[in-house]
Amino acid sequence: MIEAQALSKRFGPIQAVQAVSFRALDGQITGLLGPNGAGKSTTLRMLYGVLSPDSGSARIDGIDIRGETSSARAHLGVLPHAAGLYGNLTGRENIEYFGSLQRIGRKQLRARVDELARLLDMASFIDRRAKGFSQGQRIKVALARALVHEPANLVLDEPTNGLDVMAIRSLRDMLRALKLEGRCILFSSHVMQEVAALCDQVVVIGRGRVLACGALEAIRETSGTASLEEAFLKVLADAEREAMTPAGAPGRGEAQGRG
Amino acid sequence: MHAVLRVFGKEFLENLRDRRTLLSALVFGPLFGPILFGVMVERMVNQSVLESDEPLKITISGGERAPNLARYLESQGIKMTAASLTEEAARASVKSGAAAVVLIVPPDFAPRFEAALPAPLLVVADSADSQTRRSAERLRAVLASYASGIAQRRLQIRGLDPLLAAPVAVNDVDITTPTGRAVVVLGFMTYFVLFSVLMGGLYLAIDSTAGERERGSLEALLSLPVPRSALAGGKILATCAYMCLSMALSLAAFVVVFRFVPLERLGMSANLGAGTALLFFAVCLPFVPLGAVLMTFVASFTRSYREAQTYLTGVLLVPTLPIAFASIYSLKAKSSLMFIPSLSQHLLMTSVLRDERIAPLDVLVSAGSSLILALVLFVLTARHWRRETMLG
Repeated sequence: MIEAQALSKRFGPIQAVQAVSFRALDGQITGLLGPNGAGKSTTLRMLYGVLSPDSGSARIDGIDIRGETSSARAHLGVLPHAAGLYGNLTGRENIEYFGSLQRIGRKQLRARVDELARLLDMASFIDRRAKGFSQGQRIKVALARALVHEPANLVLDEPTNGLDVMAIRSLRDMLRALKLEGRCILFSSHVMQEVAALCDQVVVIGRGRVLACGALEAIRETSGTASLEEAFLKVLADAEREAMTPAGAPGRGEAQGRG
Repeated sequence: MHAVLRVFGKEFLENLRDRRTLLSALVFGPLFGPILFGVMVERMVNQSVLESDEPLKITISGGERAPNLARYLESQGIKMTAASLTEEAARASVKSGAAAVVLIVPPDFAPRFEAALPAPLLVVADSADSQTRRSAERLRAVLASYASGIAQRRLQIRGLDPLLAAPVAVNDVDITTPTGRAVVVLGFMTYFVLFSVLMGGLYLAIDSTAGERERGSLEALLSLPVPRSALAGGKILATCAYMCLSMALSLAAFVVVFRFVPLERLGMSANLGAGTALLFFAVCLPFVPLGAVLMTFVASFTRSYREAQTYLTGVLLVPTLPIAFASIYSLKAKSSLMFIPSLSQHLLMTSVLRDERIAPLDVLVSAGSSLILALVLFVLTARHWRRETMLG
């Protein structure tokens, strides 16, 4: 389970994230939906501990993520926005490097990578140098790298970026399978359809704040619109209007800090 | 420690597969110095041998007016080409390089010589040209000895003791050994060794920091449950390993070069054998972590590979500064200088090459100060790695 409790983060004059709270449950896929620059990456980065919040806390399975050796990190797999690989290492070596840093024994690691290669259909390229990988192959290896220590929780920052339809479909299948194993999956996207196709729960984020939270259908019903897309747009527009009124002006909420 | 070794292993392996790292760490870095050094010394040796062995060649104009002088010059092994030149023509021909040194015997030489008046001679040479300047100096020395011979004979004829014309007897005791002039050359050699040490780690320091950030693998790495100091430590350790390799290769190349370059003809003892090379390795070893941490520290602040390259090229020059000072002020190994990294290594190595004893305490101080500075820089590096700005 991944919990954000009143997370706030400011970069200089810009309030990137303001009092963001939500809970991503085990056995569910939670989507963090919002336009570009809404604060999705900043929120996720606080959740996986590479940024520390100005206030609020991030908990993985109830353990605070702060501290570089926090055991919360061992419960978490991360696919960052820029999921680069080491080009001079093979796909297998890339995965094994992260596995060994997660303190998985050599033998166990070997077996685990073989298993991941089968699950993610990587057998044809896993022993080649990562330099020549396609975007789809790269994402697969990066995903395997995030899953190598069998984390109960998985955070993915816009994982479908740059993937073709086939690769997106296989990623979706993969995430569904992980969900069925009872894992907690949190991923961000600015594509509504992406979220609609996959998520049990949606957190709509805009200008650094949570605008709506809940099951897709519930969000649609509350906004009183006919389709999910309209619901999404309406939620954003409402927030925009609110930001314009002097009383509720929270300052400019453009997020930065996406790498 | 587990993580340090894992990071070390991965960086070492990854860079072993990188052609750029290998070329700079194991080919250009270590071999550039020894080869340049060999060529330089070879040239120096040849030049000094040439100077003393080759007969002096001059152009003489009006030699028939001074047959005695001409005979004397010939007896001194000077090769003369006769020509008929006015002073202007002689200037022009020296300027154009057609003649190196021209000796003009003017028409009034013979009458004045016979009247025992100072007889004029003109030596035309270009003192800006180091080759012909030496020739002119040699010619002047021969002319001076000719003149003093004539003077003595004149005094004898007049019944005077020739010693009257020599009120003092100056004896030159020149203690400059050829080793002295070789000090400059040795300065180059020790710099090349330190340069190869830094070159060996240059690309790795960049690749493991700015490179990792640029490739986008850093963020995933930083989200692992591993202390940042262990990540930085492993990377620095791998950088150290390549630096040691580069230094070993460089020293081995120097041993080979020293075997082929005829240093003893410059009066230098060519005492860079395998034993000395090992000693040098030990002396420079504490400089390795310092260089590795310094480069990693600087590269950690840069945003891209290119930026890191720019700054680290500057870092490569850092060890030259103390060595340049040492050459300008001809510093000798002193305990007080052993606190300065790179300078202390330079001075210790130079002492060994000069066959001077080095004090064990100096070696300890040199190693200690380098290691302490490395540790301080490492603490700063680890602290920077813990910052959010590390993400770039």
